[in-house]
Amino acid sequence: MSEQSAILDYPEQEYILPGNRLCAGCGVTIAYRFMLKALGKKTVICVPASCLTILHGIYPKTPVMATTVNNTFASTAAAASGFSAAFKATGREDWHVLAMAGDGGTFDMGIQALSGAAERGENIIYVCYDNEAYMNTGSQRSSATPAGALTSTTPIRPKEQFKKDFMKIMDAHWLPYMAGISSAYPADVYKKFLKARQIKGTRFFHLSAPCPTGWFYPTKDTVKIGRMMVESCIFPLYEIEEGRLSLTGKSLSIARSGGKKPVDEYVAIQGRFKKMTAEQVAQFQKHVDEQWEGLLARAGF
Amino acid sequence: MAKETGIKSWKELSPGTAILEPGSAAELKTGDWRSMHPVTDRDRCIKCGQCYIMCPDMVYAKDAEGYFEQNYYWCKGCGICARECPVGAIMMIEEGD
Repeated sequence: MSEQSAILDYPEQEYILPGNRLCAGCGVTIAYRFMLKALGKKTVICVPASCLTILHGIYPKTPVMATTVNNTFASTAAAASGFSAAFKATGREDWHVLAMAGDGGTFDMGIQALSGAAERGENIIYVCYDNEAYMNTGSQRSSATPAGALTSTTPIRPKEQFKKDFMKIMDAHWLPYMAGISSAYPADVYKKFLKARQIKGTRFFHLSAPCPTGWFYPTKDTVKIGRMMVESCIFPLYEIEEGRLSLTGKSLSIARSGGKKPVDEYVAIQGRFKKMTAEQVAQFQKHVDEQWEGLLARAGF
Repeated sequence: MAKETGIKSWKELSPGTAILEPGSAAELKTGDWRSMHPVTDRDRCIKCGQCYIMCPDMVYAKDAEGYFEQNYYWCKGCGICARECPVGAIMMIEEGD
């Protein structure tokens, strides 16, 4: 609570104005607003086709106050690399390049450009906001969709495969900074972005952004669901600096003093999991527990 | 509607069809999407700012007395503010009542 109320002292300058065309109750803007506040006005944004293009506006209007480039689906990191090179060549290295793509644009299509940029160590900040399907085009299955979820391309039998562990893929690129953030914890988002802007090289963020439209829950529960994901350790908050993993915020307090919640309530509240059997829920719980144990071991608990 | 959305003929488009005026979407009225609107009970409000922090559409602004007031021109009526208010000071009221 005290950390959250410190937000009121953050810079008042807003870089996204009201009037965006995202669905009511979208989880992306809550975090996006604080990211842009942390980065400041010297920021260039690259977005592919995604829900963010909806936020960035239907031509000729935009609610965003920063320079933005709309690029093709697979080339977000490539476009950002170009900006980073241009800023280096023109001596404007105090500018930040923010590449922000959805889970489809990162986990599936954008992975080769991102992997290339990360390997070259381009000076960019890459954010994957993860709403666990291709929500912009009507919630088609992506490789970020968790097992047991109904999507418009898996409407009868829910998806069977587990969600891809993208953080491990990015971790294998030896990045200087990467973090898991959630839109339910904007103070944590802001703090991690302040840290990331001081670091040079490719910085990667995995943002959990609940989506009322595709996950089938009431719009008012966006923040509640984001919080449930962190409390049940489905989406832990942590950062990896030069290979050293440390848990942050709520996840750190769960690691220290317990209080990890089961996934049952999280599954029950969402319409996309309505066809999950008790066996599948148990399997999901087991998968989450294994991931969490791995993180705990790596964080030194 | 055409004036509000800013639709123009192709002859007036800027080079590269870039949008040259930042933040111009503030004219778009997203408030007519909603079926419920939030109303703050000022007697119970503790001015903590949770509504201002969590609102995905940034419709809350601080007024002279320190209360956070919503702007119904943009409020989409998602109800996150009412759900997240720690003292339950925000009620969702149906439109038209």
